[in-house]
Amino acid sequence: MSSDVRFTDFKSDAQPTWCPGCGDFGTMNGMMKALASTGNHPDDTFIVAGIGCSGKIGTYMHSYALHGVHGRALPVGTGVKLANPDLEVMVAGGDGDGYSIGAGHFVHAVRRNVDMSYIVMDNRIYGLTKGQASPTSREDFETATTPEGPKQPPVNPMALALAAGGTFIAQSFSSDAQRHAEIVQEAIEHDGFGFVNVFSPCVTFNDVDTYEYFRDSLVDVEESDHDPTDRDDAKEAIFETGAEYQGVIYREDEAVSYTEQHGVDANMADIPDGAPDGATDLVREFY
Amino acid sequence: MYSDFNWAIGGEAGDGINSTGKIFAQALSRAGRHVFTSKDFASRIRGGYTAYKIRTAVEPVESIVDRLDLLIALTPRTIDENLDDLHEGSVIVYDGERTTMQNVEIPDEMLGLDVPLKRLAEEAGGAIMRNVVALGAACEAAAFPIDNLDSALQKRFGDKGSAIVENNQTAARAGQDYVRDSYADREFGYDLECTDADYVLLNGDEAIGMGAIAGGCRFYAGYPITPATDVMEYLTGRIERWGGHVVQAEDELSAINIALGAARAGARAMTATSGPGIDLMTETFGLVATSETPLVICNVMRSGPSTGMPTKQEQGDLNAMLYGGHGEVPRFVLAPTTVAECFHRTVEAFNLAEKYQIPVYLTADLSLAVTEQTYDPDEFDMDAVEIARGRVVDEESVAEWQADDGKFKPHAVTEDGVSPRTIPGTSGGAHMTTGLEHDEFGRRTEDGGMRVEQVDKRARKVDTAREREAFEPREFGDPAADDLVLTWGSSEGAMREALELLDERGVSVRFLSVPYVYPRPDLTEAVAAADRVVVAECNATGQFADLVEYDTLTRVERINKYDGVRFAADELADAVAAALDDDTTTTEVHA
Repeated sequence: MSSDVRFTDFKSDAQPTWCPGCGDFGTMNGMMKALASTGNHPDDTFIVAGIGCSGKIGTYMHSYALHGVHGRALPVGTGVKLANPDLEVMVAGGDGDGYSIGAGHFVHAVRRNVDMSYIVMDNRIYGLTKGQASPTSREDFETATTPEGPKQPPVNPMALALAAGGTFIAQSFSSDAQRHAEIVQEAIEHDGFGFVNVFSPCVTFNDVDTYEYFRDSLVDVEESDHDPTDRDDAKEAIFETGAEYQGVIYREDEAVSYTEQHGVDANMADIPDGAPDGATDLVREFY
Repeated sequence: MYSDFNWAIGGEAGDGINSTGKIFAQALSRAGRHVFTSKDFASRIRGGYTAYKIRTAVEPVESIVDRLDLLIALTPRTIDENLDDLHEGSVIVYDGERTTMQNVEIPDEMLGLDVPLKRLAEEAGGAIMRNVVALGAACEAAAFPIDNLDSALQKRFGDKGSAIVENNQTAARAGQDYVRDSYADREFGYDLECTDADYVLLNGDEAIGMGAIAGGCRFYAGYPITPATDVMEYLTGRIERWGGHVVQAEDELSAINIALGAARAGARAMTATSGPGIDLMTETFGLVATSETPLVICNVMRSGPSTGMPTKQEQGDLNAMLYGGHGEVPRFVLAPTTVAECFHRTVEAFNLAEKYQIPVYLTADLSLAVTEQTYDPDEFDMDAVEIARGRVVDEESVAEWQADDGKFKPHAVTEDGVSPRTIPGTSGGAHMTTGLEHDEFGRRTEDGGMRVEQVDKRARKVDTAREREAFEPREFGDPAADDLVLTWGSSEGAMREALELLDERGVSVRFLSVPYVYPRPDLTEAVAAADRVVVAECNATGQFADLVEYDTLTRVERINKYDGVRFAADELADAVAAALDDDTTTTEVHA
């Protein structure tokens, strides 16, 4: 791939309608940088987005892209990648899209381990519908639909991914531009399903999980003795410490992606202009 | 003496009924006889009544009838379930040594053949071959040369080794010999003549799967559901030979979205499901249609609503396919009318999907899905398959469809409604599309003018297809007859045979079988030319009859069957005769 692709080549001319200061700006910039730095080109890249503020990302980026229905972005990305493994497939969504309406697909996409990346813009709130609890909202987070808080523990995306057999599980912060781009880049380069939960603050409706909160509380695993290839270290980070981590929590270097396991390597768009050679064998089977 | 022979094996689910029936159907096909099969079955792994039925003749057979000539009964219930169809001289093979069968009473006018199936099977090498002993007994009673059964057993068990094949062939002979020796004085009166013809034997789901591969489908995603699962099972292990792949998704929501992704990547992609799955897929269906993605969605209908009768026949989803989903967006609905049509219409469905960048419902039903039918192999001529991909633009031609700043227009407003399409990887063709209303570039818009342009553009694709394609009905019967019968989908075979029965009674009708529900043929002239019009379909409300009335502004007579069983030729002939005979406008047919 040509090395002269700049990250701005992945930017469309559409003006984002995200609120000024929205975490999604930083999330998207990091995605574009990571795509460019891994040598991808907009014509060979496919972005899939779901519904919500995060879902608008396909509009603001330049590539082949589909903005789908709520919660089903991962299945779409799966189909794109399997039909043409030469494409770079990146799926983007929010915490509602991925962990609520799409939670079932999330679990199965993780265990399927198709070689693509999944970037979740986690702001712990439903922003586009103007401020209701999301699956990652805190138990006591008060909103119009949960006046006393959801009174349910939030979904732990890291734990879900680990339990489902995730082979690349990471977390980043949209405001830490360099680390975020590095982590997304690693997810792209991972041979399998590269999952990054991005803390992407909502400045309008979430006054708890703010930039300030993440700046103060984030712990970068790189600054500890955490070994991302050690499953026990990952379990401890996810279940025991209660800290908000940034970095690659778990990575299975020997992972074999779905396409490799199943020998899916053809560009299925290429077909002959008649029945394929040998099709008559199919008729003979019925004698 | 009838020219056709009707055979069945029945017992409990888990008794190997299906596989035994398939072996006998194969033997008949190998003998150069035509075969048409049907199944009575329940949605469970063990228990309940299940039967595999075969109608066979030297001439083509296309329907079931209400007559049974030979029944292998593994349970007393099998006899009870079929009493209405058994007749004087019907042969019933059973094992009187089986505890449950000891007190079975065979009606006096029938011929009971008490054959110790289990004991003879054990002597031949194992009780598991009990049904094969019964097949040997059936060969003797029907005067059917047993070497054809040998050949079918070889096909069925060949991969398990020659010892297994030989044991089965020995077991079959034990059944044959037993009948020959113990019932030497009986005249059965059947003689299953063989011919030199070579036929293939396949069901509708298999024909759809084969049509998909022939028609360039390389990607399938689905979730198992009766009666569509056979499509997925057929493709698995075969589509890979041509670089394709099958994904078993976690649910139907995922299945259609995975297939949608593959289609956006440029593959000819398909999913198959039945009613409950169609309901789940409906939201994404709207996205497929408005993003103008070519996708084939196969709906093998079963009885609804909700879980309904999952193993029973019905054509009840027509309105769901035509109108399902919020908002308004065009789609095509094809309804193959026979097993062979399942192949041809599947190839066509993929061409239509790409030529018009539109979702195509390809709808079969339980009857077609489980019917094994014989055909001349030339019916499936692979050399005749043509692939048309529509307005796909490559790197050379993409410039024609770019704005001045180089942006590609995936939803360009064109005269024929069809926009250009770039396969991802094509330089200069990058674009997004969305379920939001969009402009020519695929970007969200709420501009009223562009909204109207895009809605009209999508609708124009249907007009274009009507002009360019031949959405014709299949014509049978007497074209000059006063009365007209219409069916859609799988009822064609029963009605074709009913034509002959009606003819014997001096009733002559014109019969149009409609494989295209939307866009559909213009039936105005045919309806106007007829004194009376009868629409027969397997549902309670007459969904297709409603369409005919809407199109032609003419009231039609309705024949509706919704007891879970397909039309039999003889009952359909009776119903048509009755509908033409009095002034009632709705005839309900129940077995």
